[in-house]
Amino acid sequence: MNFLSLFVLVPVLMILALFLSKNRKQVLAIMVTGSSLLVILSANLVYQYIAARNAGAVDPMLFTSSVAWYKPLNINYSVGVDGVSVAMLCLSSVIVFTGVFTSWRIAPLTKEFFLWFSLLAAGVYGFFISTDLFTMFLFYETALIPMYLLIGVWGSGKKEYSAMKLTLMLMGSSMILLVGILGIYFSSGANSMDILEIVKTTIPVQQQYLFFTLTFFGFGVLGALFPFHTWSPDGHASAPTAVSMLHAGVLMKLGGYGCFRIAIYLMPEAAEKLSPIFLVLTGIGVVYGALVAIRQTDLKYINAYSSVSHCNLVLFAILMLTQTAMTGAVLQMLSHGLITALFFALIGMIYGRTHTRLITEMGGLMKIMPFLGVCFVIAGLANIGLPGLSGFAAEMTIFIGAFENTEILYRVLTIASITSIVIGAVYILRTVGKFLYGSIQNPAHATLDDAHWYERFAVITLIAGIVYIGSFPLGVSDMIHESLGNVVAQLVR
Amino acid sequence: MDYFSNFIYMRSEVSLLGVILFLLLYDIIAGNKGMRYFQPVAIFLFAVHTALNLFPYEAGESFGGMYQYEPIMTVVKTILNIATLLIFLQAKHLFDGDAQKNKRGEYYFLTLTTLLGMYFMISSGHFMLFYIGLEMASIPLATLVAFDKKDKKSAEAGAKFILSSAFSSGIMLFGISYLYGTAGTLYFSDMASLITSNPLQIMAFVFFISGLFFKISLVPFHLWTADVYEGAPTNVTSYFSVVSKSSAVFVLMTLLFKVFGNLVTEWHNILFWIIILTITVGNLFALRQRNIKRFLAFSSISQAGYIALGVISGSSLGMSTVLYYILVYVFSNLAAFGVISAIENRTGKLSIDDYKGLYQTNPKLSFVMMLAMFSLAGIAPFAGFVSKFFIFYAAAQQDLYILVLIAAVNVIISLYYYLRVVKAMFIDKNDHPIQTLATDSWNKASLIICSAGIISAGLLNIIIDTITKYSFGM
Repeated sequence: MNFLSLFVLVPVLMILALFLSKNRKQVLAIMVTGSSLLVILSANLVYQYIAARNAGAVDPMLFTSSVAWYKPLNINYSVGVDGVSVAMLCLSSVIVFTGVFTSWRIAPLTKEFFLWFSLLAAGVYGFFISTDLFTMFLFYETALIPMYLLIGVWGSGKKEYSAMKLTLMLMGSSMILLVGILGIYFSSGANSMDILEIVKTTIPVQQQYLFFTLTFFGFGVLGALFPFHTWSPDGHASAPTAVSMLHAGVLMKLGGYGCFRIAIYLMPEAAEKLSPIFLVLTGIGVVYGALVAIRQTDLKYINAYSSVSHCNLVLFAILMLTQTAMTGAVLQMLSHGLITALFFALIGMIYGRTHTRLITEMGGLMKIMPFLGVCFVIAGLANIGLPGLSGFAAEMTIFIGAFENTEILYRVLTIASITSIVIGAVYILRTVGKFLYGSIQNPAHATLDDAHWYERFAVITLIAGIVYIGSFPLGVSDMIHESLGNVVAQLVR
Repeated sequence: MDYFSNFIYMRSEVSLLGVILFLLLYDIIAGNKGMRYFQPVAIFLFAVHTALNLFPYEAGESFGGMYQYEPIMTVVKTILNIATLLIFLQAKHLFDGDAQKNKRGEYYFLTLTTLLGMYFMISSGHFMLFYIGLEMASIPLATLVAFDKKDKKSAEAGAKFILSSAFSSGIMLFGISYLYGTAGTLYFSDMASLITSNPLQIMAFVFFISGLFFKISLVPFHLWTADVYEGAPTNVTSYFSVVSKSSAVFVLMTLLFKVFGNLVTEWHNILFWIIILTITVGNLFALRQRNIKRFLAFSSISQAGYIALGVISGSSLGMSTVLYYILVYVFSNLAAFGVISAIENRTGKLSIDDYKGLYQTNPKLSFVMMLAMFSLAGIAPFAGFVSKFFIFYAAAQQDLYILVLIAAVNVIISLYYYLRVVKAMFIDKNDHPIQTLATDSWNKASLIICSAGIISAGLLNIIIDTITKYSFGM
């Protein structure tokens, strides 16, 4: 068995072990062991991948393996990775790992929580390692329904409403995606549903327009494509901490990944013709998300709308269809994944202490909880794009890449999107100033304790990732840039 | 020995008849003490019958072409056998009391007799045998619907069913009579070439097919479904929703592909609109239901629409996906009905509102019901997702993208009402949830088999490979 399948096997074993576990200690032990194992596997994968590339392997995907699954339907269980997949797998491992630690005290029904969490992780990993359309779609759907239960049972606020809205909207987009996927396969005339086979054929252009729209829409809704992003703010705000971290940090990136891996890779002609339409939508989304965040007073909603803005930026960069912009998009996926996970982790920790998320009711927390306060400031600065932290590396690459397009529409949209950085500074600095600095609003907060060991561990891990990508981006960036060469090669054929 | 060589191809029918006769004698001869072992013996014998008829053999015909055998029929009959076996496992605890000892024998003969009728309907090569099989399947079913003598709803449902069934059978016979009038023969193999698209034959075809659509509960022939499902005893409802529907679907495919092949444009058009209506109407009405049996009735109407989507594709892959979908549907639906049966038997509660907070008191039952709802909704990684994907695949292969899109959008609507049951069990709070039930071990066995089926049938490829080996298309 290909070692890539371990990424799916380990979460499945975790689920089985959780079924048999008897008390909270065992549950936490299983989760910590499993997620650490996944981090080690990702690190090993990075090492092996870079070694293989340095040794001269030039295939688009490495470590491929294909087993016939449903022969009558030409469906295979095919796996393979390239630079982008490797990066996303690392991101997923880090966020799953830190998510376990931020959920240290989740109650009641701890075992069931981690069961659904592991199923979610299995779906995410499976999506990134697979290269067959059906297999990718199966894992994509697997990552959908645990959200309903995780938010509905362990969430807060109007959780039933948010959970149902999120599930129905994402299922809606998946169903439209399903039609797109079937259309791609049947109109390509390929003899298998493997992406690497379909890319060798040419799909008739008329059908490309239809199926590109369906597929991009299907993936885009998960990537918070404006104006279909409305599931996201309520969903993130009502979800428990680790679920928000995993969802905003990783699952929304599945949308962006699917967009370029399937929609653009397999249907480049339609991508070029139809990209202006989607660019306008995502461009509006970038600015809209940031503007709405200014008006929010609930910390989670601020972060949720900020995520909408950044995820639209990812789609925006992918649609620019230049290699630099797409590298920037993947870097932004990594960077924003870590930043938003950090944000949600910190907000969860603060909410657990003050029992309020409204910045109007909190103030002066920096004196009371210095560790959490400083980390929050770091997260905020990373979000704005302070050089040295990952946000800068990603956004800089995106905008340089976007500017390579010389047409008026593209340049105007790029300039409009850059304003989101300024708007971002407004809501971040305002938020930080209001609830971390200033005088203490609620005297009851004066006696709250600072971060516990498991919280410090999670937060420091995430900050380390952000600093690494921000200060030493070339390692990751080269790996991604090289792999995107294959996608761009399709565009110029 | 020439007469007996006719029975070589009728192995399933002969063994099932043997089981029925044995049980009849047992019921007559055994005293009170013997009747205590009646149900385990019946279930064991039926399991033996299922095991004996698992493997297909070479095709052939009997009785001058009236009875046809093809390997795919063994696959279909096995699916029906598995479903009936699971239903028997779930029904056992209903007849355990001393008060029900007279009813034990009756229940098993009636159910097995309808199953025998379905076997004949599936294997028929002549409209007469088809009709005999159909009636043999329908009339005892009406008795089964009215089985609960003390419940008025049961008697009402029985009356509704027998009247609507008789009416639709009458219309079907009318169609058959015109087909005979225009073709001059009732043998399937001879009729295929005699079907030309003249208006009288098309009219006869429409009358005939309406009777079959009645059995499958396609809209607009579905009006009997909700009331009959709600009134009948729960295990009879599960039998209706799975076994009766599946046999009718297979016969529909056989007839459409083999006999009415020349009318393909006509039945394609008819099915196109019926699929859209069925899936949509089934979903919209299910949204409003609070009684869980009625809810499952409308859900099964909409599932029948998805099955018809596989039929309309007309290819052998279409037939494989339909049979695969039916098998997965057997597991999902019977898991749901098993849970309902367990709860109804102890507490008599049938409303979705009564299921609120079920996870607090009955975690395993809630888990099985959740699996069933997820599989019916088409949620990965459970079998329902894979089977729905395959049906859409078969339809997309024939360029029926509009139907696939409408069906896909309807999946979202259906997800809402399936999730509502899950929400009630896991998320909603209830001050007086249903108390912790001790499920009897036979029902537990059937629920374990169904859950295993839901989890694994989507991932194992042996099922679809076996089915595809034998299925045929246009």
